[in-house]
Amino acid sequence: MGDDSGESGRDKGGDGSCGAMGGGGDWDVEGGGGWGTNEELIISILAHRNAAQRKSIRQTYAETYEEDLLKALDKELTNDFERVVKLWTLDPAERDAFLANEATKKWTSSNQVLVEIACARSPQELLLARQAYHAHFKKSLEEDVAHHTTGDFRKLLVPLVSSYRYDGDEVNMTLAKTEAKILHENILKKAYSHEDLIRILATRSKAQINATLNHYKNEFGQDINKDLKADPKDEFLAILRATVKCLTCPEKYFEKVLRLAINKRGTDEGGLTRVVVTRAEVDMQVIKEVFHRRNTVSLDHAIAKDTGGDYEKMLLALTGHDDA
Amino acid sequence: MTTQFFDEANVVGKTFSGFGVDENSLISILGKWNKDEAKTFRTITTFFIQDERHFEKWLVEHLDQLKREFLRFQDAIVLWTMHPWERDARLIKKALTDGPKSYNVLVEIGCTRKSDELFGARKAYHSLYDRSIEEDVASIVTGIERKLLVALVSSYRYEGPKVHEETAKSEAKTLYNAVKNAGKKHPMEDEDVVRILSTRSKHHLESVFKHYKEFSDGKGMEEEVEVYLSLKHTVECLSTPHTYFIKVLEEAINPDADEKMKEGLTRVIVTRADVDMKVIKKEYPKKNGATLVDKIEQMANGNFKNFLLTLLARGE
Repeated sequence: MGDDSGESGRDKGGDGSCGAMGGGGDWDVEGGGGWGTNEELIISILAHRNAAQRKSIRQTYAETYEEDLLKALDKELTNDFERVVKLWTLDPAERDAFLANEATKKWTSSNQVLVEIACARSPQELLLARQAYHAHFKKSLEEDVAHHTTGDFRKLLVPLVSSYRYDGDEVNMTLAKTEAKILHENILKKAYSHEDLIRILATRSKAQINATLNHYKNEFGQDINKDLKADPKDEFLAILRATVKCLTCPEKYFEKVLRLAINKRGTDEGGLTRVVVTRAEVDMQVIKEVFHRRNTVSLDHAIAKDTGGDYEKMLLALTGHDDA
Repeated sequence: MTTQFFDEANVVGKTFSGFGVDENSLISILGKWNKDEAKTFRTITTFFIQDERHFEKWLVEHLDQLKREFLRFQDAIVLWTMHPWERDARLIKKALTDGPKSYNVLVEIGCTRKSDELFGARKAYHSLYDRSIEEDVASIVTGIERKLLVALVSSYRYEGPKVHEETAKSEAKTLYNAVKNAGKKHPMEDEDVVRILSTRSKHHLESVFKHYKEFSDGKGMEEEVEVYLSLKHTVECLSTPHTYFIKVLEEAINPDADEKMKEGLTRVIVTRADVDMKVIKKEYPKKNGATLVDKIEQMANGNFKNFLLTLLARGE
């Protein structure tokens, strides 16, 4: 392409630095508006910016071209690459709102996305996502999750997305003992969606849950997730295990999502994109370590083998990002 | 004893038995009574009892009552001065401690605050108690209203005007059916009832409650669920909060009110003074003959009374 007859206000010269950028001063406006095959530029510009800089770029683009950068990207790019760029350009709260909304529309395999957002984010990040949800979808997150889920899934997911967990380190050891016992009793009875089981996982602070689950292991011999594997085909149990993992060891949870997505096992097609984008500025380095230990090859190597083109380049640029 | 004495005795008697104490009267009257007048007072009032060892002993219950009345002004001032988030967090904690009779406060705060105010209360609760509101409500409330109450305090409702009429109508039908089916399944155990009432926006619910009447021959939902207290309070607080608050005030001022109910007077006036007190004041006389201001003049004393009246006069 590169046909710019319809473009106004675009700097066709060399360095078209847009003014108030604060951090992205070398933004070459040539990369905007009718990009043709300038995916290289998009990768190199956007991939290496942090959230505040990306926000700034979006703002400046909108002021210059009177169009949301995301809309423009939508028109130009293809599938996987488009998705990773779009998700990366959104700010974290909007991204979570977008992913959550998508998850409420698809089938059950995307319940885990809701679990990720509700449990692997901090309480403050979850609040911001809920606010972004109001702004974009004119509904509350919990009303959509409640409306689109049923039975046991609803019983678990609605409280999870509505939670605002205490985020301090205070832990009550007596309570940990009592609640470990309650969890164990319900698991023995196979009452996996029992009110108390859900109450504990959905309302207690992460520190408290960690204490409870440590006690569970000490007292009853194994990890709660081993006990929750009673029926490997049971989807609700899978979601419960995901909940526990996201709350206590998210890096292990995300390693598994990546591993399954890269080997194309399971049905979580968007897993690779989603995990790379949402963890790039959080704990990607830790996830990479876990991945390497578990799979012998490095994450970057596995991604390179499994993907190609601009999609691969963007993903690798993101996995190289520094953690927050 | 003179008539003046008996008038004074009446004043002291009143100030020992209303809301708050009349500090000025106590100072001027008690401060000047001689020993005989004081003894006569102790003999004729019901606050003292003749002890077998020949002295008029103050009834312990009344001493406790008096302590509470002296504190009422302090509590009102402290509650009023607090940040609204801390106020709501403390009210919730107290309601959980006080037990099922006070759970209406949980509904009140969960349903009548704006979304950001309720969320603020959740933040304050973390700071004050190192726990989240939802974990405390979920672990302390054991009755059938637990699901509903946990959901209400966890909500973060959308506040815009957008409403889907079709959905509102179908949800009204769902609610109506749940109420009709109450014999087989308790409506507060019905997941859809909890879902609709605790997640939908207030504007949406306005529409739902309107459509409800189409199915129920004009009867409002709050009428139909009267026996299910928490549910009734929820519907009232979500549709016509002033009706709910007037009831709390009436209950507080009732002579049979216990201490927890009496606290409703301070709570409602402090928390609604700058919100919908105008509506409350306007609607109050319709069922009660007298105005709210008159009632308070009548029943309350001293600094406490003056403080409440000042709050009621705000915005005028």
